[in-house]
Parts: sequence; C-alpha cells; structure tokens
Amino acid sequence: MAGYFTNILSGTKSLLVGLSITQKEFFKKPVTLQYPWESLEMTPRYRGHIQLIKDPETGSHKCISCGMCQRGCPSNCITIHSEKQEGVKGKVLVKYELDFTKCSLCGQCIENCKPSAIEFSKEYNLASTRKEDFHYDLLKRLKEQK
Amino acid sequence: MSSQALSQNNERFEVNLGPQHPATHGVLRVKLLMDGEYIVDAEPVLGYIHRMHELMGENRTWAQFLPNMGRLDYLSALSYNLGYVELVEKMAGIEVPERAEYIRVITTEMNRISSHLLWFGAFVLDLGGFTPLLYAFTDREEILDLLESVTGARLTYCYYRFGGCYNDVEDEFLSGCLAFIKRLRARMPMYHNLVTKNVILRQRLERVGPVSAEMCRKYGATGPVLRGSGVNYDVRKNEPYSIYPELDFDVPVYHEGDSMARYMVRMDEIEQCMRIIEQAIAKIPSGPVMAEKVPKMIKPEPGDYYHAVEAARGTFSIRAVSDGKNQAYRMKLRSPTFSNLSLFQEASKGMLLADALALMGSLDLVIPEIDR
Ligand code: SF4
Ligand code: SF4
Repeated sequence: MAGYFTNILSGTKSLLVGLSITQKEFFKKPVTLQYPWESLEMTPRYRGHIQLIKDPETGSHKCISCGMCQRGCPSNCITIHSEKQEGVKGKVLVKYELDFTKCSLCGQCIENCKPSAIEFSKEYNLASTRKEDFHYDLLKRLKEQK
Repeated sequence: MSSQALSQNNERFEVNLGPQHPATHGVLRVKLLMDGEYIVDAEPVLGYIHRMHELMGENRTWAQFLPNMGRLDYLSALSYNLGYVELVEKMAGIEVPERAEYIRVITTEMNRISSHLLWFGAFVLDLGGFTPLLYAFTDREEILDLLESVTGARLTYCYYRFGGCYNDVEDEFLSGCLAFIKRLRARMPMYHNLVTKNVILRQRLERVGPVSAEMCRKYGATGPVLRGSGVNYDVRKNEPYSIYPELDFDVPVYHEGDSMARYMVRMDEIEQCMRIIEQAIAKIPSGPVMAEKVPKMIKPEPGDYYHAVEAARGTFSIRAVSDGKNQAYRMKLRSPTFSNLSLFQEASKGMLLADALALMGSLDLVIPEIDR
C-alpha cells in the first residue's frame, strides 16, 4: 500500500519536471522556417546535380569530350555526344545527357574530369511527376543560363 | 507467460506488425503469432528493400562502390564510409595523412551523436512520448548543418576517399563542433530530467526485454545491444583502427541486459563521443588531407581481406576477396543490425506486445542496412 502512494508521488513529480521543461521550451524562439516563403541558403559545398561550368573568358564550357566522367560514373547517368567539326581541334560537345533519376551525387564524374569542366549545382527545389523532367541536357542548360 | 495465456482454449491469431511499402525506408514487417496480448512467435520478414549491394560491389570498380556506403545505414553513413575506405587502403597499401585521420574521426563521431540522437527521439516516440523527438531533432539538425558544410550532403555522405578526405575542413567547422558540444553538454541534463528520470519510461524499460550475453553471442549481436548485456566489446578498443588508440575514452557497459541498459549505453556513448571530438580537435595537426600517391585505378593484390569498424549500431565489417582486378571478386558486408534483429524472435517469446515494441526500439534497427 505504501508503494501505491510513493508511486503517485514520484509520478506526479516526474510529470511536473517534464511539464516545466516543455514550458520553458515553449517560450523559446522557433527554430523552423516557414518554407516555401522562407528557405535556407545552401552551403558552398552542397552537392546538387552536376552542371557544366561557364568559362568567363570564352563564355562557353571547358569540356573536351574525353568521356572520363561517363566512364567513372557508377550508375551510368552520363552520356556524352560529340562530333568532329571542321576547323576545330579535337571533338566538340554537342549534347551532355545527364539522367538525374539515377545519380547518387557521389562526385566521381567531377573528380575524373581533368579540365574541371563540371561542378555541383546548388539546385535542390526539384520536384516533378514525370521522370523525363530529370533527364537533362547540360549543354542546353548552360546555353540557356545567361 | 501466464498459464492462462497458454491454455488450449485460447485461440491464437496472427498479426502483421508494421507497414511494408518499398518506397518507405525504415519500416519492418514482423509476423506475430499472438495469444491474447502475448507473443508466441515473432518472425521478422525481410527482403522488401533488398538492393543487392554486395553484388553491386562485385561489378563496379573499388572507387565506384564508394557511394553505396552511404546507403546502408543512412543514419551513420560515415562509419560505413570509413570501414570501406580503410579496407581498400589496407588492400592497396595506401598511407593516409594524419590530418585526414583526425578529420575522419571527428566527422564519424559527430555522425554517431546524430545517429544516437535520432534513435533517442524515435525510441521515445515508439513508447508514446512525442516531445523529446522534437528536442533531439533540434540538436541533430545542428550536426547535420555542420556536416553538410564539409561534406555537401546531409544524410548520404560520401566524404572519405582512398587515401584521405574529399576536401579539407575549415576552422569554422572545428569551432562549430566545439560550440555544438558545449550546447549539447548543457542540454544533456534536460534530456535526462525529461526522459531518463521519467517514471513512465523507467517502468516501461526496466527489466523489460532482457537479452543475455549468451544470447548476444549466439546471434552475433554487437554494439550497444552487446554492451547493454555486460560485455565490454567495442571495435575501437578491441581491434583499434585509425587514431582511436591515441584518444582517451571509455566504453560504457551496463550489466542488466534490459531495454533500459541499452538506452543508458547510448546516452553515455553520446558523452564519450563528445570527449573524443574535443580531444581530436585539440590535437588535429595541419597538413594535407589526401595521400600523395594514390593509384588512379586500384588493383589490390589477390587475397582475402577483412576490416571492421564500430558503427553506431555495432560492428560493421567488410570481407573482400580480390583476384587482382579493378573489381572485387567477392564483397561481403556484415551489418550489425541484421544480427541484432535476429535475436528478437527468441527474446520476444512470451512478452506483452507493448513490451516487445520497447525491446525492438531499444535494438535501434535501420532496415536498409538489415536488407542490403
Ligand atoms: S555524381 Fe556520381 S552518380 Fe551522379 S553523374 Fe556524377 S558520377 Fe554519376
Ligand atoms: S565533362 Fe570533363 S570528363 Fe566529362 S567529357 Fe567533358 S572534359 Fe571529359
């Protein structure tokens, strides 16, 4: 019987301790943001899908179509299309296909790229109901990006 | 089990515990044979999110298998990163610069804290307490922000490379870690007052779900489950790797073997992680974070290799067989929670369903790692 009352007492005490803690937290500033009205800046190292880097000198990219990124990718996301063009040394990139649905954002492609032609983008607001929306042509994307 | 519950007249029935959907990570289906409120048999059903990680390891190059390590135990992915890169470094004889070793330990231990915090919140949530989850997440969020600033990812890290780390950490990260530790130290008493000392929690955990050291041995359980059963075994101490021998920390061991013991082991481990990080930050040398000579294409000598690390949930080990090619001939991943879950069937026999859920929560299961 004595245990019954000590149980009630200790139970009430631990209830009060808990309540006082939650009450204190109640008056603290919220830590959440009201997304989508507010959103956070991504850190500089954030790994979004890859993109071609714009060379400020030429206004174009630095890709030499060597295909090392394609070969290094564990998930076969990248397909490089290139062709020989008259008057230009080496091959010219005509299409840089990225299938983002399979990408694991590992960065192997970026590490494999000798001329440092690609980087991680800071895109993270990506949503769609069609998977075709995530098949990108990075070259087209670069050109549209003025 | 009471004789009443065992009596012949009582009808037994089957219950499927837990939802199952391939698109949801972290759900487990358990087929329960019940007798009233008591469990007669509990059979975990696996295989729904099997992704053939081992086979993937056998048909891609050593470097290409790296990102898979973030997708086993997504809550403490850095320990898995560490286990794999250390194995390959062992195979290929790559020396790692000291600064990289320190960065690895600091980030892995931060990851361990975040994993334990998430477990703490989810476990108390399983027992019916919602608020502690939110507090634990606020702290975990700070860790994720810090780790995001160096690794570029919040969950599926792929930060270590053969011979070092992807990039160096800045001083802001290190001071951020110290500031976080200060904050968490101040908040630990709050957690203990709110949860550990709570009468309801104690009554639901103490003497509930006993797991003996014998049972742990039988099923190969490791990590906090084993240490909660009185066995002092931690890979960081027993088969030291990286710079752990140079750091001073204790391995929390509790002898009761009940759910409370496993709870306390993890709570104490958070404190020990903080000690490790502080020491590592105090000692971190400057220098390169990447070894100079790392072969472009790794082709280890033919042979059978093994490496184990202490992940947040127990011993994670990899056995790789190389036949001298740039791919593994055999890749075997030993994940801790698979073994930890295996003892559930035996340990839960005759338990009340609600108690069995407390036991299951205290095992700290991560399903994608059980089902690789
Ligand atoms: S980040 Fe990894 S998975 Fe994605 S395209 Fe590059 S190499 Fe392939
Ligand atoms: S992006 Fe880099 S690695 Fe890929 S084809 Fe172009 S130059 Fe080669």
